[in-house]
Amino acid sequence: MSTAVSLKLVKAKSKYDFDGLLRERGIELPPLSIDTLQVNVTKLCNQVCRHCHVDAGPQRKEMLSPEGVAKCLEILEKQPQIAKLDITGGAPELHPAFDAFVEKAVALGKHVMVRHNLTVQLDGNPQTKESKEYLPGFFARNRIEVISSLPYYQEYFTDAQRGSGVFKKSMEAMRRLNAEGYGVEGSGLQLNLVYNPVGPYLPAAQAGLEADYKRELKDKFGLVFNNLFTITNMPINRFKLHLDKSGQYEAYMEKLLAAFNPAAAGGVMCRSLISVGHDGRIYDCDFNQMLEMDAADANGRRLSIFDFEFERAIQRPIRFGDHCLGCTAGAGSSCGGATA
Amino acid sequence: MSSYYESEDLKKFGDIGQHAKKLADGFFKYYGDVTGTDGALTKREKALIALAVSHAQRCPYCIDAYTTQCLETGSNPEQMMEAVHVAAVMQAGITLVHSVQMQNHLKKMVL
Repeated sequence: MSTAVSLKLVKAKSKYDFDGLLRERGIELPPLSIDTLQVNVTKLCNQVCRHCHVDAGPQRKEMLSPEGVAKCLEILEKQPQIAKLDITGGAPELHPAFDAFVEKAVALGKHVMVRHNLTVQLDGNPQTKESKEYLPGFFARNRIEVISSLPYYQEYFTDAQRGSGVFKKSMEAMRRLNAEGYGVEGSGLQLNLVYNPVGPYLPAAQAGLEADYKRELKDKFGLVFNNLFTITNMPINRFKLHLDKSGQYEAYMEKLLAAFNPAAAGGVMCRSLISVGHDGRIYDCDFNQMLEMDAADANGRRLSIFDFEFERAIQRPIRFGDHCLGCTAGAGSSCGGATA
Repeated sequence: MSSYYESEDLKKFGDIGQHAKKLADGFFKYYGDVTGTDGALTKREKALIALAVSHAQRCPYCIDAYTTQCLETGSNPEQMMEAVHVAAVMQAGITLVHSVQMQNHLKKMVL
């Protein structure tokens, strides 16, 4: 299953050589742990967001196979160090085995997180038309952590990035999650929101924005949530296309480079998770996955869930590229928000 | 030169240190101390003030820079437009309040 690859031949040095920057600053970033298995189960999504690094949408067909789901569960069962399962997509709830995957991982005692786009509750499956209105109750019964993108607490920015009508639907979906106890103090049901800029600029400070979101969503819509995670837009795929078309790619990369923060570099998420693609291949993060930058062990052998060995994975050298500047700029960026 | 204002020239702001480095260094330190951190005012509030001043002074470099800075400190378009209206209404008010001077002089001129 594994194939030897020569990492040195993969890409030429660019103007934004991240490896070179780390060498110049004397920074080494080996993996620290693998406490999270992040699985991208499908690229199918009910939305077509303008910044999406997955290029997800209603026409996509990629799905993790039943064998792949079983293999992920086997890895979780055998590896107590991997305490968390982070299910993403696309809209991961559109995978036919999503419910069973969640329930079995919860039964294994794992902390399960779902990257839930809110609107899928109301839109359902764009291909099969299956309703997804049961999701808030399903999430609550399994006590999983829900992490939802909401680029701003107002309609203008949210709809500009995620599509017309998304903000209103998101408010309704949040109302249904709140009704199940999500985000409500004392319930233990975590609803965390994700902010990302609606263009080529860096996020504002996480704590201040979280306070704004909490005040505005409570005052205007009566809605509550737990934490806000600020995430920087990655200069890859759909967002990079926008940057190229609008002539802003160089300026954005210069901005990220100028804002390089060694403290944020130390906290990059690839040091504590591995990312699994719909075909079972393993990557250092979801961004490397979308760029098809396979993770490989110290001997250059690609990693896959189908021949997974923890020691090979933890000893791998993490692969970096220009886009990594997005995770190390300013206060840093990860799937859990700011890192510095 | 096609125009007196080229957006690329904003990157050359640091070049004001040519021929007067000590003065430029002093200016940039002052600039950073005032705008770069939260103080009695937050960075967001300072950015909104700077955006208003940028419009009042009609500086395209500053408008670009502080539109971005307002976004990066968490402001939204409503707040930014309101800041521009503050600048506009101040300028209108300053013009109008001078009509008192006109009235005063008018009274002297009319029997």
